[in-house]
Amino acid sequence: MKPSRLPQITTILVMVFFYLPIGVLILNSFNASRFGTTWQGFSLKWYERLLERSDLWAALGNSLRIACIASIASMILGTLAAFALHRYQSKIQVLHRTLVTIPLVLPEILMGMGLLLLFVSINQSLGMLTVTIAHVTFCISYVALVVQSRLQDFDFQLVEAARDLGASRLTALLRVTLPLLAPGILAGGLLAFTLSIDDFVITFFVKGPGADTLPVVIYSMIKKSREFPVINALSTLLLVLTFLAAWGSQRLGNSYRA
Amino acid sequence: MKQLRKELLLSLPSLAWLSLFVLVPAALILIIAFRATAASGGIADEWTLGQFRILAEPHIQVLLWRTLWISAVTSAICLALAIPVAWFIARARESLRPTLLLLVIVPFWTNFLIRVFAWNQILHSEGALARFLRAIHLLEPNQPLLFNSGAVILVSVYTYLPFAILPLYAAAEKFDFRLLEAARDLGAGALRSVFSIFIPGIATGIRTALVIVFIPMLGSYVVPDLVGGSNGQMIGNKIAQRNFSDRNLPSASALAAILSVAVLAPMLIRRRNANHSA
Repeated sequence: MKPSRLPQITTILVMVFFYLPIGVLILNSFNASRFGTTWQGFSLKWYERLLERSDLWAALGNSLRIACIASIASMILGTLAAFALHRYQSKIQVLHRTLVTIPLVLPEILMGMGLLLLFVSINQSLGMLTVTIAHVTFCISYVALVVQSRLQDFDFQLVEAARDLGASRLTALLRVTLPLLAPGILAGGLLAFTLSIDDFVITFFVKGPGADTLPVVIYSMIKKSREFPVINALSTLLLVLTFLAAWGSQRLGNSYRA
Repeated sequence: MKQLRKELLLSLPSLAWLSLFVLVPAALILIIAFRATAASGGIADEWTLGQFRILAEPHIQVLLWRTLWISAVTSAICLALAIPVAWFIARARESLRPTLLLLVIVPFWTNFLIRVFAWNQILHSEGALARFLRAIHLLEPNQPLLFNSGAVILVSVYTYLPFAILPLYAAAEKFDFRLLEAARDLGAGALRSVFSIFIPGIATGIRTALVIVFIPMLGSYVVPDLVGGSNGQMIGNKIAQRNFSDRNLPSASALAAILSVAVLAPMLIRRRNANHSA
């Protein structure tokens, strides 16, 4: 029986489809041509232009600040949620589980819209605070998801052993449970960090003046069809950064699994 | 009693946060959809069903219909591409599978806007692709590649395809491919054995993939906004427009409420099915 070639051909075409746009983007960031339609020689001028864009750097600062706070806060709240969901099976946890799942499945535009209505209703002016709150909210779910999956493989006998050997509840938590779970919690935190840096739609709904994050500035640059090569250069830099972060997150995941 | 106090203590931080910032906002959408619009565009005090009159407007009906069909076509294309890929990865040598999966995921570590922007550049009317298509007379001189429903579908497929491949792969990996050989031995044709054995065998994966693609597609906003033009707008764009341009929050809420219902329906059906099979 001759195996069909269709799955193989489709897979190759899909891979080309996946990587072609990214390749074009990276290539064009080094292209001297302003419109990127033809190759006019290697150039780093778009990267130089990028360095001069102070608004982009300010936005990157905002993005990093929000992502740091959001990932730390969601690491704490998400880990607590994961422990509660793992340990108890009451009616409260049914509600808890539903609330944790909603941000994972709800279209972003509905979350953004709802949060905007909340902030408008309580007369909370929009700014860094509202964006950070929104990010913490969707990050909790992802951290909880990652930590919960780690708890499923976690050997609670180790904690019992520590207790039998005379460790107090707190000591067992600090010296046994948390260090063993740390890679999982950190992996969740890194995921939260990248999701926060990446988010556009929810941020766009709840941002106020002075709270432009990097994706918001990129969006307005694309929208105005200006300085495409500068966006290419920025994208290439961001690509390198996210690859490093994702690679780190994978490493953390593997070191625990292995 | 002590147990309950411990449970509450552990659950309370995230429970309180998520109630305030997930549950209350969701309820607010449904409540404010029934409020009148104040002169300033804000939320008036009186209750009304008037916001839903928007459903009778022809341009909104066009938008709702387009949202549905673009989402459906995108889901169908994602499925049609993802099933062979999932098949291929599941049948690949075991040592090769993690690498293949990584290849599927890696492009999606890049910023979402940047992925859309990359296509924006490729499909640009001065871009190499458009010029090539014009040169071989596949494209009329003034016909754009960008700013139509086709561009929205293409870029959406690009965005959601990995999310379709992953659950399908998870299902295909558990599928016993020897069943196909058995079917062939018993005289079934290649196509018939695939459609009556493999496809039903990965039904859970197909359902998950459909929900993962279709639901967020209904709420699409960025892709139609950047590559859709006026002929590729979806309901998400209208919600944003009512918010940011018209400053009419109750009207935006009514549209968001309609979208919520459209989103919840397939999820409830899926839950019923899941309970059924459980």
